Amino acid sequence: MAEKIRITTPLTEEQSRKLRAGDSVLISGVIYSARDAAHKVMTEALARGEKLPIDWHNQIVYYLGPTPAKPGDPIGSCGPTTAGRMDAYTPTMLEQGIKGMIGKGSRSPEVIESMKKNGVTYFAAVGGAAAFIAKSVKKYEVIAYPELGPEALAALTVEDFPAIVVIDSKGNNFYEIGQKPYRKL
Amino acid sequence: MRTIQVEKITDAVAQMCKEAAYYLPEDVYQALKKGKETEESPVGRDVLDQIIKNAEIAKAEDRPICQDTGMTIIFLEVGQDLHIEGGSLNDAVNAGVAKGYTEGYLRKSVVAEPLFDRKNTQNNTPAIIYTEMVPGNKLKIELEPKGFGSENKSGIRMLVPADGVEGVKKAVMEIILHASCNPCPPMVVGVGIGGTMDKAAYYSKRALLRPLTERNAHPKYAKLEGELLELINKTGIGPQLGGTTSALAVNIEWGPTHIAGLPVAVTICCHATRHSKRVL
Repeated sequence: MAEKIRITTPLTEEQSRKLRAGDSVLISGVIYSARDAAHKVMTEALARGEKLPIDWHNQIVYYLGPTPAKPGDPIGSCGPTTAGRMDAYTPTMLEQGIKGMIGKGSRSPEVIESMKKNGVTYFAAVGGAAAFIAKSVKKYEVIAYPELGPEALAALTVEDFPAIVVIDSKGNNFYEIGQKPYRKL
Repeated sequence: MRTIQVEKITDAVAQMCKEAAYYLPEDVYQALKKGKETEESPVGRDVLDQIIKNAEIAKAEDRPICQDTGMTIIFLEVGQDLHIEGGSLNDAVNAGVAKGYTEGYLRKSVVAEPLFDRKNTQNNTPAIIYTEMVPGNKLKIELEPKGFGSENKSGIRMLVPADGVEGVKKAVMEIILHASCNPCPPMVVGVGIGGTMDKAAYYSKRALLRPLTERNAHPKYAKLEGELLELINKTGIGPQLGGTTSALAVNIEWGPTHIAGLPVAVTICCHATRHSKRVL
């Protein structure tokens, strides 16, 4: 694999548009975790014309519901969840200014269209490598919706969080590129 | 008649929840290492390397392998000469799940009602419990925490007898290709053939408990397991980002069915195929 690209949040549209499918990255700074329930609550709030608990402009969302932290640890195991379950909410969320998403698995054509329009990058972390990934998380702080438990909206301070660009802002898809040479059916 | 106190069952289940979440079974670990040696994609090898390191960290530090510590599926075999004292068996098992998930810092991932309120029960109960009565005076407990990234990609097809072996292969491959990179491959694929719709699904879950190194006792099903594994490893899915290690094993379980039917169920499991077993 080529040299890893270092990214420090916030991620601007200009930086995001330079990233290409297949790039390996190490992300540092603050990223925000949200998954199914938080996405539902946020998009419902937007539909009612309400303000969201954080300003998503130039931020990275991480589709995550961690295990509880053991005493003395900032967070428990914290690998990515399936991003596709958030697809129904994603175009609305990208309009809020999100420039990066971290998850695992494929995305819908509607999401990819919105990514191209808004200059957004979709990163994958290795699914199921949750104890390994936890080593790069230094702080976990619930920002909103604590009643959602592991699905709460939280801020994670990360250092060299390992990920790979799977779909870039031009719509290039590394899942397709990566599978093609090995498909022998 | 032998007697067992429910507290013993609760404690065993609590311990098993933690063990299963922290310690990847040795056969799965070895299959991942072998996969890393044979994987043709460099990116795939990197992913496998991270997955292997992850399992090692989880084991060394008693941490969950995956943040999705699953919905707890429990298979009980109750000896008919065993007397269970002090309360209900199901309550004892669920108390064990609540204890294990709380004490072990595992994620509570169960909602009480699926469609409208989806309120988290806060202790990962209830477990899915299958109970069978068997001869003897022992209690066998097998525990399978099932993550839903892979469960969501599982499927079932009600084939007809004329579909035959080719029909079974086609059905399995349709489900696998639809799952693609999503269920955290390399996958372990449990296939249930026969029974009724629900029984085939049950077989496919039980199939995941069998060691990956052990083939079906019936030679024709063992051969089919090998053929399906080869096909799956030609899909290019690989370890999430493409490659040749798409699945570590295909385990088939089968049973009698109706003259008109050929049910086929596929439970896809991620690389964190976890389980734990105890006999009390």
